[in-house]
Amino acid sequence: MKYKILDHTADVMFEIYGKSLNELFTNAAIATFDVMVKRSSITPKIKKEINLTNKDNEKLLFEFIEELIYLKDAEYLVFKNFKINLKDNSLKAIVEGEKINPKKHKLLLDVKAITLHKYKLSKTKAGYKAVILLDI
Amino acid sequence: MAIPKDIKQIEEAVWEIPTTYKKGMNVPARIYATKKLLEEMDQGVFEQVTNLAMLPGIQKYSICHADGHWGYGAPIGGVAAFDMENGIISPGMVGFDVNCGMRVLSTNLTIKEVQPKIKQLIDTLFKLVPAGVGCKGFVKLNDSNFNDIMENGAKWCIENGHGWDKDLERIEDYGCLEGADHTKVSQKAKSRGINQLGTLGSGNHYLEIQIARAENIFDKKTAKHMGVVDENQILIMLHCGSRGFGHQIGTDYMKLFDSTMKDHNISIPDRELSCAPFHSKEGQDYYAAMKCAGNMAYANRQVILHQIREGFKTIFKQDPEKMDMNLIYDCTHNIAREHTITVDGKKKKVLVHLKGSTTSVGPNYPRLTKPYKDLGSPIIVGGSMETGSYLLKGTKKAEEETFGTTLHGSGRTMSRSKAKQLVRGEKLQKDMEKRGIYVKGASMSGLAEESGQSYKDVDAVIDAVKKAGISEPIVKLLPIANVKG
Repeated sequence: MKYKILDHTADVMFEIYGKSLNELFTNAAIATFDVMVKRSSITPKIKKEINLTNKDNEKLLFEFIEELIYLKDAEYLVFKNFKINLKDNSLKAIVEGEKINPKKHKLLLDVKAITLHKYKLSKTKAGYKAVILLDI
Repeated sequence: MAIPKDIKQIEEAVWEIPTTYKKGMNVPARIYATKKLLEEMDQGVFEQVTNLAMLPGIQKYSICHADGHWGYGAPIGGVAAFDMENGIISPGMVGFDVNCGMRVLSTNLTIKEVQPKIKQLIDTLFKLVPAGVGCKGFVKLNDSNFNDIMENGAKWCIENGHGWDKDLERIEDYGCLEGADHTKVSQKAKSRGINQLGTLGSGNHYLEIQIARAENIFDKKTAKHMGVVDENQILIMLHCGSRGFGHQIGTDYMKLFDSTMKDHNISIPDRELSCAPFHSKEGQDYYAAMKCAGNMAYANRQVILHQIREGFKTIFKQDPEKMDMNLIYDCTHNIAREHTITVDGKKKKVLVHLKGSTTSVGPNYPRLTKPYKDLGSPIIVGGSMETGSYLLKGTKKAEEETFGTTLHGSGRTMSRSKAKQLVRGEKLQKDMEKRGIYVKGASMSGLAEESGQSYKDVDAVIDAVKKAGISEPIVKLLPIANVKG
């Protein structure tokens, strides 16, 4: 399971899973875009590289999701595929998607921000887990 | 849900959770609700309203209004007042959608004239007011224009042909928060916001065509003063805010405060409530940036108002002036603002944070705009798209007791995923049409998440504020059509 939706009255809260940090980051990105669009309706036409550095992986994940939300508004991009490479506190992500087209894409709810409410990245027996609440 | 067992009833619709409830509470927490509404509140309300009571410099008590429910950081419907000298400012407590607010305008059209053209009208408004994920506004701005909007709000719109001069006196703060400084806003926030002017957004944001039925006008004199003069008169209501722009400002400063709090020896129960001393440099920077987001939101709703007038002009082939498309009021419900209360018999200036909470003040309060000086603040409470909304007015009691605030909506009762399990968007749309409410949404699943059953009974929450004496109902407005973000 990539993620599970947790109960929240107003917004969208997830528990995200990953065997590795790379997988956790990928699944967090998938969860974020699953809120906004049916990812199957996106053609991976545009490739973007995101580079971020932070010695705290929890903060790095926050910044990564924040960057994806930023690109959605500032460059009108929605993403389908995510390739994550996390090494020595630095993240290199190759993300693929295309410009938002309401005629083509099955758009759902806008994600406006990632919040720190209940936010947590932790190590588990199976790998990693993160709780994320998105403001919609 | 389990209500805290040591909660005390203060008045019929006012409850207090004492500081003994949780370690670290500086003041008690109050909930403004009837017993029934209190019993139905989710656990998040009790956790979050008592978290607010733990913040440094909080005065008297934290508050959650009758529409309250679990939010992030503060509960929705949350209010907290902080000492201006030793207190804090918190972006998470203002909410990321800074100056999310309501706007309502009147027309002289009646249901007879509007009903036959309702589909055409809604389809036109849907085109003129972009909604949903990644929507772009039609106003093309350069960096300098956008800086101007950040500092002048709705005034910029009037100067640039998006509205009438007289609109400004019908907007809280005359449509402009003084003290905004665009140099305190990141480039990232600017890039997110520059193309979003005149867009509705998504989630619970909407544009609604409503009707004032004779039996729903409770105070004819005040209703008339506001512009609700005829039975079966058509009104238009709008709910939206500062879009991605405000969210980025909130995120930027929350991250900053998350790392600087330790320098000020502040510890908090939830990182989303990250804060800074109000008088610190970063606290003042956020305050000036928050005002930029607030002004963008006033401008956003002003541009949408202009588009609504254009839409009506196209469909009804009349000038908006001839149709008396006057703004009744625009009020904010996510903001931090200054106010004066009495503490230990002395007047004290406080910074009130309103998270899903509207200004409620009585006649002659200094900040009231000219048309409402003798009346008190108009309050716009948006209900669900199926059930109805209210206009109310503020009271003197609220000025002191709830720091000049009241509720803002009817309040959600269930999660979005649960709402989707209960109803499908397509079915809801058809059912509503049978009941005389035509709804068009950017997304069908988004529609299902906003069904009437996802919200509290709007009449019950209004009854609670009336009983508490913190606002007075004027008129209830029923939906006949809705554009859903």
